Amino acid sequence: MKFDQPATTNPIDQLKVVGKPTDRIEGPLKVSGAAPYAYERRDVAPSPAYGCVIGATIGKGKIQSMDLGPARRAPGVITIVTAQNAGPVGKGAFNTAKLIGGPDIDHYHQAIAVVVAETFEQARAAAQLVRVNYVRTAGEFDLSKAKDGAKAPKQLTGGPPDSALGDFDGAFAAAAVKVDSTYTTPDHAHAMMEPHATIAAWKGDELTLWTSNQMIDWGRGEIAKILGMPKTKVRLISPFIGGGFGGKLFIRADAVLAALGARAAGRPVKIALQRPLMINNTTHRPATIQRVRLGATRDGKITAIGHESWSGDLPGGKPDGAVHQTRMLYAADNRMTATRLAVLDLPEANAMRAPGEATGHMALEVAIDELAEGLGMDPVELRIRNDTQVVPDAAGAPPKPFSQRQLVECLRTGAERFGWARRNPQPGQARDGRWLVGMGVAAAYRGAPTMKSAARVRLNGRGLVIVETDMTDIGTGTYTIIAQTAAEMMGVPLASVRVSLGDSDYPVSAGSGGQWGAASSTAGVFAACMKLRQAVAEKLGFDPDKAVFADGRVSAGRKAAPLADAARDGELVGEDAIEFGDLSKRYQHATFGAHFVEVGIDPYTAEVRVRRMLAVCAAGRILNPKAARNQVIGAMTMGVGSALMEELVVDKGQGFFVNHDLASYEVPVHADIPHQEVIFLDETDPTTSPMKAKGVGELGICGVSAAVANAIYNAAGVRVREYPITLDKLLAGMPAVA
Amino acid sequence: MRAFSYERARDPQAAVAAMARTPDAKFIAGGTNLLDLMKLEIERPGRLIDVNGLGFDKIEATADGGLRIGALVRNTDLAADERVRRDYGVLSRALVAGASGQLRNKATTAGNLLQRTRCPYFYDPGQPCNKRQPGSGCGALQGFSRQLAVIGGSEACIATHPSDMAVAMRVLDASVETLNPEGKARRIPIAEFHRLPGDKPQIDTTLGRGELITAVTLPRPIGGVQVYRKVRDRASYAFALVSVAAVVQRDGSGRVAFGGVAHKPWRVEAAEPAMASGAKAVVDRAFAGAKPRHDNAFKLLLAERTLAAAMAEARA
Ligand SMILES: Cc1cc2nc3c(=O)[nH]c(=O)nc-3n(C[C@H](O)[C@H](O)[C@H](O)COP(=O)(O)OP(=O)(O)OC[C@H]3O[C@@H](n4cnc5c(N)ncnc54)[C@H](O)[C@@H]3O)c2cc1C
Ligand code: SF4
Repeated sequence: MKFDQPATTNPIDQLKVVGKPTDRIEGPLKVSGAAPYAYERRDVAPSPAYGCVIGATIGKGKIQSMDLGPARRAPGVITIVTAQNAGPVGKGAFNTAKLIGGPDIDHYHQAIAVVVAETFEQARAAAQLVRVNYVRTAGEFDLSKAKDGAKAPKQLTGGPPDSALGDFDGAFAAAAVKVDSTYTTPDHAHAMMEPHATIAAWKGDELTLWTSNQMIDWGRGEIAKILGMPKTKVRLISPFIGGGFGGKLFIRADAVLAALGARAAGRPVKIALQRPLMINNTTHRPATIQRVRLGATRDGKITAIGHESWSGDLPGGKPDGAVHQTRMLYAADNRMTATRLAVLDLPEANAMRAPGEATGHMALEVAIDELAEGLGMDPVELRIRNDTQVVPDAAGAPPKPFSQRQLVECLRTGAERFGWARRNPQPGQARDGRWLVGMGVAAAYRGAPTMKSAARVRLNGRGLVIVETDMTDIGTGTYTIIAQTAAEMMGVPLASVRVSLGDSDYPVSAGSGGQWGAASSTAGVFAACMKLRQAVAEKLGFDPDKAVFADGRVSAGRKAAPLADAARDGELVGEDAIEFGDLSKRYQHATFGAHFVEVGIDPYTAEVRVRRMLAVCAAGRILNPKAARNQVIGAMTMGVGSALMEELVVDKGQGFFVNHDLASYEVPVHADIPHQEVIFLDETDPTTSPMKAKGVGELGICGVSAAVANAIYNAAGVRVREYPITLDKLLAGMPAVA
Repeated sequence: MRAFSYERARDPQAAVAAMARTPDAKFIAGGTNLLDLMKLEIERPGRLIDVNGLGFDKIEATADGGLRIGALVRNTDLAADERVRRDYGVLSRALVAGASGQLRNKATTAGNLLQRTRCPYFYDPGQPCNKRQPGSGCGALQGFSRQLAVIGGSEACIATHPSDMAVAMRVLDASVETLNPEGKARRIPIAEFHRLPGDKPQIDTTLGRGELITAVTLPRPIGGVQVYRKVRDRASYAFALVSVAAVVQRDGSGRVAFGGVAHKPWRVEAAEPAMASGAKAVVDRAFAGAKPRHDNAFKLLLAERTLAAAMAEARA
């Protein structure tokens, strides 16, 4: 199905199932432990061999020698695969560094070998017997040092890396009120619960991987490319995923080494990456240095917006897109953004939840707070004053409208619901007992991309509707919204729908990433259901255009029949893909939000405690408010993490992330998170997809950290521009105590 | 993890005798620290002697009005004990500030004292660490030291002792009762139990090889308002940046020990008379000669302000 005209009324608009807060259909499996994750597939591999991955312990250099002898002779060892004996191993198109290194080492904990043994314990014990001699070479691990040598990347997500409109320098110089601030954000770990894990099994020249991956079809192609085999001989299966946040968009060492290990061992091999390897072996969100300059008239009209961002990656890598939202959020006639990429020898940088916007808001939305203070204006009003309904950054051409943009409504609704009027604009004034109390706000922007997505929907003689697509559910609620979509389309209760996901034998979906999953994959199911409805109507002899699907029955005029009747002679199948035309060129598809945060700060110790949080989101039709809320509160939690504590600490001498376990990479725990409230504004967007939906999973993190930072400033009068805002950075600014 | 053999000791004498027979044996109690280290082969015992069955799981009154805490009493049980909560509040509060509920259910009194003094480099076998591998160098000295010691460190090691419980025991003047491999009992004042790294950072305590902890005794209650204040980067389940165990008497006199600042719980008795003059006076004395590093210099100010918070809480 081609989607190139705005949607008109369609069966989804009935909203009998879609749009209802619905429990996860796979929830009972998960909470009872009956949903098998990749490492637990005893059913497919009852007696696998176990692989233990060895990571390099230098930041950059070469392996001089490797003594495998003692490990080979250790009890239970079957084989040891290294770059030397693995045969040809290529590099994936999505990987910056090779997934098996040697002799050259590109980064700390790059995999250099996998030891395969009869048991997990034997594999691990033998891995500890492998002795490696390295020759180190000097590397660059310090972004602040590498910054001056940073270059413009070839592109920034498909476009030119820099943008300019009007005369930024002139307008900024002439502005009555200015902000010129530099912010830093550290490297972040995805820190999802489930490690990267894979079971690999060969049957002749065919390879099956039970793994944990967000993008089945990408992964299938990557494995084929890395191992030099036809894509058709690779099968990826990933029905349950214990979190990814972008860390599982790509094939990683667990999958490749399990495949190589299984080939060498002649039997299935399973591998889970150790937690430290998840940090230094896989990808992370890169650190940024960002300079934001804002100029405004005395009455708060922004005349100049400039945002420059620096990040680093291994040679051939990609920049963080921290300037994205700055091209979209506020009107101003004079503007510039610039993105620079430095070469660093740290582990590979890549996407993490809302890549670009997550870090970009941490700078821009604090700069706006600083501007509001300079103007003596309320920060909510300043944002409203500079709203725009067209893309402000589009030079030349007629302005491109946002298909829907309710930023102002988000801000106003939030301000009212949060009690923003009670905020004392004078920082450091409000107290609750001994606590210093403050409120902060930030706007949120995140694109709403869509991607081609296919599905197959089958109707059987018992009236069951079975959906199959290689779409993944990374904890987001995809199973449920897909079931809701199929139920609505076919006029059956949720209980009559079965959903099978995450298998490369199924039609290729959009996958889970970039906040495109929900809108795209349900639209693919919509398209397939339209095909199935057609087949059903034809089979029953109804006019397909007039047939109504409701309550398990199909009717047209006076005629009616149970839906199941259509499959009495055998299953009916509808298969189709949704393909998106140029509507996203005619309209800017985006989601908007506003975050409000109240913090308390202990005046003695500068410990910050978040006391209340509210997010107001305008993000198209909300397919399942319960799942959407769950996504947003999770994202808000992650935003608190990046505001207050998350930082991969770089050892700039050794060249690695030091805090590579969950005891030292601290993320918020229950005690850190207060009551969180989420409001979704009423919105349907007929230009995005027949579902009229967008995504919320990434919108939810954009702006949160800035709102926390602004609340801290309001509470204590201390502006910290280096995240995370740990207490050591606030301590000197705390009031005197006896 | 190296393969190891395992035995359950029947009685204390048998436990120390087994230890004396087997040079590479170790005791195991809750296992929450030892097993982690064995998986990484930082500890490589050939034999584990399980002390859980030795009957050291009681808390009893002593003749002089104190308490005798069996070595195997779980952190959870010790924190909840009525006498501890009433008479040694600082200990109860320190315990519940440590680790997580699950860990405290397993963790024992002796095991908590003997958890390794450590830092992130100690836990990464790919990095130099004098404590893990004497003579290999100290990764933290050139690297990341935000969590580490500001006082009492050496050129060999600047790790901190992670225990909360031990800080409270230090302020309460506890003693550690032991049985050595020859079957002889002794009593080690807690002040002398943990040691500074010096040039032997691989040795955390003054316990002899094969020596078994049987109990920790607390002297008779000293009254006062007892406060344990632990400051960390998140609200729960993290090691202290700085912690303060304070006992403040009605007249403003008192005692204080600090956690998160040194290779052992840090208490300088000579600084305590300054308590009436306020937190700064105490910290100036207790941390005289401190050698903070760039990353952790804030701990001195934090120690002062945390003590001020504890003293304000005691006054309130
Ligand atoms: C993630 C995490 C977070 C933590 N956070 C904190 C925290 O915030 N605060 C805190 O205080 N602690 C914290 N801990 C540490 C925890 O308190 C200790 O692991 C625990 O107290 C150790 O007790 P155990 O009985 O399990 O010791 P084990 O692991 O069994 O033993 C530890 C050592 O003691 C020896 N040993 C045990 N019993 C005896 C005995 N009777 N005589 C002689 N030797 C003996 C063993 O041989 C071993 O060397 C944390 C631990 C973890 C894993
Ligand atoms: S501080 Fe101590 S424990 Fe840490 S690396 Fe140095 S020697 Fe090892």
